[in-house]
Amino acid sequence: MATVTVSKKACSVNPLKMSQPIGGALAFMGLRGAMPLLHGSQGCTSFGLVLFTRHFKEAIPMQTTAMSEVATVLGGYENVEQAVLNIYNRTKPEIIGICSTGVTETKGDDVDGYIKLIREKNAAVAHLPIVYVSTPDFKDAFQDGWEKTVTRIVETMVDAPKSAARRDPTKINVLPGCHLTPGDLDELRTIIEDFGLEPTFLPDLAGSLDGHIPDDFTPTTIGGVGVEEISMMGQAGWTIAIGAQMQRAAEAMEQKTGVPFRLFERLCGLEANDALMAFLTEISGRPAPMKYRRQRGQLVDAMLDGHFHIGGRKLAVGAEPDLLNEIGGLLTEMGAQLLVAVTTTQSPVLQRLPTEEVMIGDLEDLENLAKAKDCDLMVTHSHGRQAASRLKIPFFRMGIPMFDRLGGGHQLMVGYRGARDLIFDISNLLMADHEDNHEPTPDSWRDGVGASHAATSH
Amino acid sequence: MSSLSATIQDVFNEPGCGKNANKSEAERKKGCTKQLQPGGAAGGCAFDGAKIALQPLTDVAHLVHGPIACEGNSWDNRGAKSSGSNLWRTGFTTDINETDVVFGGEKRLFKSIREIIEKYDPPAIFVYQTCVPAMIGDDIDAVCKAAREKFNKPVIPINSPGFVGPKNLGNKLAGEALLQHVIGTEEPEYTTPYDLNIIGEYNLSGELWQVKPLLDELGIRIMACISGDGKYKEVASSHRAKAAMMVCSKAMINVARKMEERYGIPFFEGSFYGIEDSSDSLREIARMLIERGAPAELMDRTEALIAREEAKAWAAIAKYKPRFQGKKVLLITGGVKSWSVVAALQEAGLELVGTSVKKSTKEDKERIKELMGQDAHMIEDMTPREMYKMLKDARADIMLSGGRSQFIALKASMPWLDINQERHHAYMGYVGMVKLVEEIDKALYNPVWAQVRKPAPWEKAGENWQSRAMAQAEAEAAALAADPVKAEEARRAKKICNCKSVELGVIEDAILANNLSTVEGVREATNASGGCGACAVRIEEILEQMVSASHAIAAE
Repeated sequence: MATVTVSKKACSVNPLKMSQPIGGALAFMGLRGAMPLLHGSQGCTSFGLVLFTRHFKEAIPMQTTAMSEVATVLGGYENVEQAVLNIYNRTKPEIIGICSTGVTETKGDDVDGYIKLIREKNAAVAHLPIVYVSTPDFKDAFQDGWEKTVTRIVETMVDAPKSAARRDPTKINVLPGCHLTPGDLDELRTIIEDFGLEPTFLPDLAGSLDGHIPDDFTPTTIGGVGVEEISMMGQAGWTIAIGAQMQRAAEAMEQKTGVPFRLFERLCGLEANDALMAFLTEISGRPAPMKYRRQRGQLVDAMLDGHFHIGGRKLAVGAEPDLLNEIGGLLTEMGAQLLVAVTTTQSPVLQRLPTEEVMIGDLEDLENLAKAKDCDLMVTHSHGRQAASRLKIPFFRMGIPMFDRLGGGHQLMVGYRGARDLIFDISNLLMADHEDNHEPTPDSWRDGVGASHAATSH
Repeated sequence: MSSLSATIQDVFNEPGCGKNANKSEAERKKGCTKQLQPGGAAGGCAFDGAKIALQPLTDVAHLVHGPIACEGNSWDNRGAKSSGSNLWRTGFTTDINETDVVFGGEKRLFKSIREIIEKYDPPAIFVYQTCVPAMIGDDIDAVCKAAREKFNKPVIPINSPGFVGPKNLGNKLAGEALLQHVIGTEEPEYTTPYDLNIIGEYNLSGELWQVKPLLDELGIRIMACISGDGKYKEVASSHRAKAAMMVCSKAMINVARKMEERYGIPFFEGSFYGIEDSSDSLREIARMLIERGAPAELMDRTEALIAREEAKAWAAIAKYKPRFQGKKVLLITGGVKSWSVVAALQEAGLELVGTSVKKSTKEDKERIKELMGQDAHMIEDMTPREMYKMLKDARADIMLSGGRSQFIALKASMPWLDINQERHHAYMGYVGMVKLVEEIDKALYNPVWAQVRKPAPWEKAGENWQSRAMAQAEAEAAALAADPVKAEEARRAKKICNCKSVELGVIEDAILANNLSTVEGVREATNASGGCGACAVRIEEILEQMVSASHAIAAE
């Protein structure tokens, strides 16, 4: 049972957190033919664009209403209208997803009202799907923007089925949190399909940001879940929600369509995947395929081999709540101690984390706490690199952004196989660190008990 | 008029800008920054521009006053390098919340400044204003003044909220802040007749260090670099330099010009990209320093160094020239260094397919035109789709661009090289030019292209998506060639103004019908160039062509 504290500093140093409009924009990027549009000044979009480009190493579709100082004061109707029409004329999107920013929320633009008026005045976009989400920068974090956007998409785009009889029990909705990578979604898709079920992912970043080479280049997203497919999600037999952040969206789905949901707060680790297998067996009526029985064995073996290296590690993790819960949980189950946990925003999972205290803070907090508690493994996104190098401790990158290494979009965590590979990667990192920095010398034990630390860390 | 809008007006009035001097009073007031296009804009805001210009000052704490987006989404993402402090890579932000938006964020800002001084004790703090606190009326000038008095430390307000304009304007506003609050506030420990300021150089990938050894050898001291690998104290005492070189095109011309005006420091605009440019710049530096009192023998030493370095560089490049024979480069750069890169590539014997001038100043475009002569194929406002098509049509062998457009090239299985600020290699001076050529060669001749272009086993030859796309393009071209009416239609359908969606045919008709001869006339008649204005150059070309065509007819 963890206590959640909030950093009391006036000045955030080395932010862990990113803003919620770009979390919302990323959710829209999991839709096919989508153009995410931030209603704000052009920097709001450009910073997000650069961030995602550097993370996914892909061209990122994202537009701006380019609010000027004057437009901000007078209200942004004209900018939203022009932006929608320009995007429509230039890129012929299947959907435009609008997220507000701090700039336009401070003024209080009524974007839903704007959209109504834009549709009335412009026949061309009268029926173009346009979804608006309120995501002020000065509230909440990246994960919240994703959560609100997926919920809004469910509320506005999923059709309520006309009768329960039309429900197809082989169809499964999957609502993944933003802590899952395109690689994770592909793995999940395979697992679900192996049970003879047909999953629809909302959002589906595996379709759009997995680095595939498209047949035709479009200035919008080049894959992902289609508008039509979303509208039919109400006919599925079940909804699987992954991460506590997806609770609201799953509830919205149930409320609107009656599709029941099962929330998996974790899908990384042995027990979490046993639960998934049991659930899929139950809803499909099929036994778990042979290959997962083998994979379970491989994970168990990896846990046994890995616990020699991970066991006893003093862990410092900086991540959004659901990712923190996944990786903190897995490594704790392998014998590591989660001594420092820093996160970005409130979430029900925080209290359940296997640690004493979780701080909503920044990477300066993470660094200082890790130093004070003598941590010897840091897990956070790429921005942790400076802190880890100052502390001279092994650093494992997880989360967005991962701009200084390749393969962030394919880093695997879910499924037996995901946990197995993650354990190997982290164990290898720790072994390399030991070889490079902590091999014993004739002086390692000269000063007896209490001196071993000084000898093994330099 | 608020002090910010007065500063912006002042920046627009820049007399050092040749383009500006030719404008009418009314045009000047409108400013040189293009109007942004909702739904069609790309690129950073004024805050981004200000931060880019100043962040390379290494020992300064850069504090961003705003919601998390402004710093949280963007910190530590620049490739500038430091020879000393790494404080500039620490992200400081007030991360204002809802309560601050309601009650004002000034107290949080003041406390933040105190926390930074207590924990990090930097020689100075730069406080960046952003949109939200500007809207709610946070007076960062007053907070900075109070903090300066309380902590007895320079706390510098950088008034450049994102919504006042694009990156370009932010560069200049950053310069204004330096002029107003930093330059001339301290004295150097000593001066020499060889003291030089370098203005507008950010030391990306450590490129300044490709040139610094040459200056060291000549005994020339970089008194202050604004801002790459710069230190606060150096900039504060930079008013004692003897001469200045302005590197980064016009981005910081206001700094160079006002330092000349206030402190009598003459400046020239030069570049260290490319061999000839490097030599010219070194000569000009020597000439200016001699004029300001350095011994005349400096020029002899400079010439000797140039001769030696040029010979070495040419020898290194010579072996690549045959390999580059007939190779075409597509240069897409939104950056401030467009024209200098063009010069560098031409020296290596590469042919340029085109160059985008988006985001650079109008002056930059003129320089590109000058360098590339009549063949300059200006590609402005190129959409990703067009860029893709151009590569697909194999009109270019390699694309050089900023990080964001790389994926289009790579997906088309086309060699690509990064030349913007995210790049990992340094390309300045003689060694840098050799490095650039080496990198282009590495990219062009990498066997990976042959690998990735191979069809998958389940694809029949000529049926992969690339071949299909090429076949389609060829079929379209053939259809046009066979049908002059359609070809004319296609020619006329070419979009000249992307902002206002105006086609070539509409512009031609308007020119003929109304006997137009100016861009303004065309704008009134068709609305073309009424958006960002970037297509004015193309409209000028259309006007020129039509005027000469009508003269030809008249002469017959």
